Amino acid sequence: MTAELGAFSLVLALVFSLAQAVLSAAGRVTGAQAFRRAGEGAALAAFLAVAAAFLALTAAFVSSDFSIAYVANNSHTDKPLIYKIAGVWGGHEGSLLLWCLALTGYGAAVALFGERLPRNLKSLTVASQGVLGVLFIGFAVFASNAFLRLPTPPVEGRSLNPLLQDPALALHPPFLYAGYVGLSVPFSLAVAALIEGRIDAAWARWVRPWTLAAWSLLTVGITLGAFWAYYELGWGGWWAWDPVENASFMPWLASAALLHSAVVTEKRGALPGWTVFLALLAFSFSMLGAFLVRSGILTSVHAFAVDPTRGVILVGIMLAAAGAGFGLFAWRVPNLAPGGVFAPISREASLVLNNLFLAVAAAVVFVGTLFPLLFEALHKTISIGPPYFNLTFAPLMGAALLVLPAGPLLAWKRADLKGVWQRLMLAAALAAGAAILTLALHAPIAVFAAIGVGLGVWVAVGALLEAAQRVRLFKAPLAESLRRVGGLPRGSWGMTLAHLGLGLFVMGAAYETAYRVEAAEVLAPGGSLRLGAYVLTLDSVVGVAGPNYSAERARISVTRANGAPVCKAEPERRYYPVNRQQTSEVGLCFKGLNDLYVVAGDARALPNGTEGRLIRAYWNPWVRLIFLGPLLMAIGGALSLSDRRLRLAAAQRAAPVTAEARA
Amino acid sequence: MAWLPKSRKARRRLTIIAAAAPILAAAVGLSLYAMGDGVVFFYGPSEAHSKAPIGRVVRIGGLVEAGSVARAADGSVSFKVTDRQVAIPVTYRGDLPDLFREGQGVVTQGAFDNAGVFRASQVLAKHDERYMPPEVARALKARGEWKRGEGQGADQAQTPRPAA
Repeated sequence: MTAELGAFSLVLALVFSLAQAVLSAAGRVTGAQAFRRAGEGAALAAFLAVAAAFLALTAAFVSSDFSIAYVANNSHTDKPLIYKIAGVWGGHEGSLLLWCLALTGYGAAVALFGERLPRNLKSLTVASQGVLGVLFIGFAVFASNAFLRLPTPPVEGRSLNPLLQDPALALHPPFLYAGYVGLSVPFSLAVAALIEGRIDAAWARWVRPWTLAAWSLLTVGITLGAFWAYYELGWGGWWAWDPVENASFMPWLASAALLHSAVVTEKRGALPGWTVFLALLAFSFSMLGAFLVRSGILTSVHAFAVDPTRGVILVGIMLAAAGAGFGLFAWRVPNLAPGGVFAPISREASLVLNNLFLAVAAAVVFVGTLFPLLFEALHKTISIGPPYFNLTFAPLMGAALLVLPAGPLLAWKRADLKGVWQRLMLAAALAAGAAILTLALHAPIAVFAAIGVGLGVWVAVGALLEAAQRVRLFKAPLAESLRRVGGLPRGSWGMTLAHLGLGLFVMGAAYETAYRVEAAEVLAPGGSLRLGAYVLTLDSVVGVAGPNYSAERARISVTRANGAPVCKAEPERRYYPVNRQQTSEVGLCFKGLNDLYVVAGDARALPNGTEGRLIRAYWNPWVRLIFLGPLLMAIGGALSLSDRRLRLAAAQRAAPVTAEARA
Repeated sequence: MAWLPKSRKARRRLTIIAAAAPILAAAVGLSLYAMGDGVVFFYGPSEAHSKAPIGRVVRIGGLVEAGSVARAADGSVSFKVTDRQVAIPVTYRGDLPDLFREGQGVVTQGAFDNAGVFRASQVLAKHDERYMPPEVARALKARGEWKRGEGQGADQAQTPRPAA
């Protein structure tokens, strides 16, 4: 019964989305309030209908209803409840349903909370969200229905891929999708503004909160994915420039650029065309990402739920939506009023430079990700690996980081570079010191690590200096400074936090990549291996029974070279009988910012004939910064979102909607 | 400066172009340069020896030959990648992905040594047993070794079978 209810709700949602598009557009054309209201009501109804379908599927998962093909493919009665629920978005059909839930959720949020938008702009935005809803829900209903029944239901399901049965990965898709799809609102606002032919400071102010919300969620989603790859896949890699990773990174870069250019448009009325272009681009990259991940057209390490025929439909949807947006752009943008002027040295100019770097970086990632497709046409198979991205992306971002701390210190319109330099001297000195220390303290000289650590310190300290100067730290009495801390707008604290997070991330990424230490040996119980300053001893190997797996757990004590105990690591090797699949659970020892990372490998014979285990261990220095940095960036985004100046009644109250999307 | 355009708008445009041009040029130059090193060609086992020079980093893909996997005490492992006509010996130091299995599709990246052994620096992990890397499927199809439902067909996701 639940399956039929779900399928019916989904069809209902399709109809509501269609009504949302038609009625809202009619409201704009005729100006009749009744049509506008009806369109907004339809947006809300579409969201409720998708939510009902989503709940129905969740109920089917919780009750293990294997007569539904999708549930039978992705669930199992033995699975813990949290992974039964995570299974809802563990496969192709369900994750598309999650996408639709977020999409209609954002549409309903615009309808409900967009009171401050001009009526015409609002109607067109809701209509555009409706069209997107029709495209994606239509895809879900006709080509990718999660509620199809099996003629002969199996007794037991095939369970979820064990690699996905992990807390970080249970949360990764909801955050990622809330971010991806959140970019649909700036897209729709851009479409609406292009039709209206008016892009001004007010429009940019409406775009900012939605972009901030989407960007923050996307940041959390990508970080969760990187963290999962780091500890679940067992080789300690957090980013591999894999097509699927790049697919999520391109919208992130575009939305980060949009965040900054929208500030220029809001404060100075400049760059309206470019801001609109980025708003269209960000969601187009989201759709491209959805296509790349699902079509399996590129070889990826992280390919789940791949289906080439559905990929073709997704390409169609993407081309239709993005094509319409950019077509409108090409047609309308020459008529836009040009924005304000500014000098080459000014806050505006620094933000333009930031946008140039981010956009070119996104283009470089785009080329590297899609270039293999070009070769495909020539019947050659190639892949483009990390060397390409390290050589192109890293220098571009390095240059962007170099100018970053100056930006917030420059005045609008016309600024004095000398004054800014004087205020950043301390950051420059610390950065140079950090780079030299990095070179001096480590045996294999790694120039790139030194540059990276220096740049990270430069950005982080630069961000802190800017905040310190705003509160006049040490220049005014402490009480006065503290009073100023509370008085500063939250938006500027958000910026400080986000830039600080970026600096910390860069430090961690450069340091960890250059100075990780690895050791591997086959050990019998009692044997030990040396990893840098530590000694790892295999105490015993015990069998453990999990809810739906059996595991061998290696008990390893970590000591210093002089025998002082440090910690215990207990990596596991799990076997999931239903999937006939082996996974490794990494044993982690937290040492401040560093990780001691231990993987238990397979059984191997030692030269003396006894059986041992292959134990592989890594010392990952500063690796925590790689995950804490982006988290700080997302917190900074959320803090800015709560700024009253951003009139964030809209996105603030919209938060529960995205929270539901996560549930 | 007399050669500059008179209107402020045009001047600003010129400034932006002057700033953008070197960045774009640098990006294009870097990309072209990096493509030389960053591009890794893929070959099936039959064409690998003739097309991949010794020492050049390439990817080879095929099936892991049944019974060919040998794990040594020093942590290294050797196996053969085959398209059922030619089998390439591969050695690898490191953890094999959890889904590495005899008879399953695999992609490895590395280079041939002088003895004709492929020294892999990377064995690509696939998260999903139903998933077959497209280039492996293509290489096997080209050899006529592709059979649907061999445990790798993506189509199985749509026509579910009862659990074993």
